[in-house]
Amino acid sequence: MIILSGDPPRSRALSILLIAIIVALAAVPFLFPGAKAMNVASKICIFAALVASYDLLLGYTGTVSFAHTMFYGIGSYAIAIALYGMGPSWAAIAVGIAVGLPLAALLALGIGLFSLRVEAIFFAMITLAVASAFLVLASQLSWLTGGEDGRSFQLPELLRPGTVFVKDFFGVSINGRTLTYYIVFFASAAMILGLLRVVNSPFGRVLQAVRENRFRAEALGYRTVFHLTYANCLAAVVAASAGVLNAMWLRYAGPDTSLSFAIMLDILLMVVIGGMGTMYGAVIGAAVFILAQNYLQALMGVASNAAAEAGLPLLPGLLHPDRWLLWLGLLFVASVYFFPTGIVGRLRGVTRPKS
Amino acid sequence: MTDLLKLSGVHTNIGRYHILQGVNFAVAEGKTTMLLGRNGAGKTTTLRTIMGLWPPSRGQIALAGQRIEQMATPDIAQLGVGYVPESMAVFADLTVKENLILAARDGPLDTARLEWIFGFFPALRKFWLSRAGLLSGGQKQMLSIARAIVEPRKLLLIDEPTKGLAPAIIGSLIECFAEIKRRGATILLVEQNFHVAQMIGDAVLVMDNGMIVHRGEMAALADDTPMQERLLGLSLEAHQ
Repeated sequence: MIILSGDPPRSRALSILLIAIIVALAAVPFLFPGAKAMNVASKICIFAALVASYDLLLGYTGTVSFAHTMFYGIGSYAIAIALYGMGPSWAAIAVGIAVGLPLAALLALGIGLFSLRVEAIFFAMITLAVASAFLVLASQLSWLTGGEDGRSFQLPELLRPGTVFVKDFFGVSINGRTLTYYIVFFASAAMILGLLRVVNSPFGRVLQAVRENRFRAEALGYRTVFHLTYANCLAAVVAASAGVLNAMWLRYAGPDTSLSFAIMLDILLMVVIGGMGTMYGAVIGAAVFILAQNYLQALMGVASNAAAEAGLPLLPGLLHPDRWLLWLGLLFVASVYFFPTGIVGRLRGVTRPKS
Repeated sequence: MTDLLKLSGVHTNIGRYHILQGVNFAVAEGKTTMLLGRNGAGKTTTLRTIMGLWPPSRGQIALAGQRIEQMATPDIAQLGVGYVPESMAVFADLTVKENLILAARDGPLDTARLEWIFGFFPALRKFWLSRAGLLSGGQKQMLSIARAIVEPRKLLLIDEPTKGLAPAIIGSLIECFAEIKRRGATILLVEQNFHVAQMIGDAVLVMDNGMIVHRGEMAALADDTPMQERLLGLSLEAHQ
């Protein structure tokens, strides 16, 4: 209870689901040591933290920001530029973190102070404009960022796949890649637990009050601009940290993997699918979405072949692996339609009360 | 008796509408002042203007001698002004406990004061850990008032607390206001129910068309049926 900040999942089904996801993620290097499974698992960890930080904004303050991938990108690029420029050392990682995270916080502070006073729609538009400008800047400053090609770099010796710690641990080799995975896993877990602590603190309660009625919160004496700006900075720092982890895992930072608006849409979908304003929804949303993104096509291939062998009409064509994006879209439409409060809301059996 | 709140020539415009048209009045310290008037007379706008939610376009507002008309809402609240808006304004997603903790800005909840509040609003103890959105209308109003009095305030601005409530709940609210008065609170209360107003008011202000058209003792207005009919278009008997 202490580690969960007194905010347990409050549903047996949700608890089981969360435990299953966490145990599976913790055991991936031993259960599924292949590269694809490790990539998927690390992406789930990183996005769970990234989505949780977005949930702090969208779910707990009702603020729609399109600049979240920008902060994610700042973290990615900071570590990539530092490791590329200074060479593969721990000092370079420290410099990347020391520059990237405060830069993200400062930008969030600037955006917050200038635009959180205005109505929510204008804040959303301003963040969209700033994020677009940053994307263009990252592409144009090729001497620094590598432009459209991005920056590839090497990690310190200890984190490289070639560094083997245990050659055969129940048939699995424990190497630098495994260590990197566990850094990603534990850092993401720490960020999510930290955010859970934030939303269950008195500060978190004020954020919820602001989400419900900003004027009412001000009438109680709370300077809502300060609270919203602080939340924006916190979310930006966590997003940048997730970006650091992403770049370390991929050993690369580029516009497509760190800054694209497709990532922003994915984050929005994960928050909605998991359940806004719950934090746990970030873990569930990221796991469901990324698993579907990576394995739906293969699953449909199996289903299509099985339907063809059974001689069923239409189904083999409908389930053809090439149509996986159509089914992914339908899956999301259905999940939003049937679970308007997200998977977590559904499992907790609550509907949002009308105020 | 000193004036805790004083409005001088206050005008408020909302969009192209000129709602308050030179409001002048004072609220005496330790007294309950009733603000009465027809629907649309400007009563709610007056409270929201004092609170800084709709800043005045002209005029002065002073709280204990300090000018507040240019201050932001949080600063006015931090000067010790508690505001109970109309329409049972609770934070629906938070529990009763969290709603009250949020209102107790000076530190942890005062247990003795909480017991005092539970004395006239026992439902709040019963639903302590329930989400406020699940409370009934009357319970939400109780919570809204409890939030304003969970800490001692210099001035309470209360907007139509009995609107749409059952008579039994109105009885609890009257008892609550009487108790708050006994503790020496200064209250400016907007009320449509004349029966309630004459039970708890010391002084009365009547508004019409964005201006104060009558000020005096509540008891005097309660005893003067022709004046009630002239000012408010009603008589006390009709509301009893």
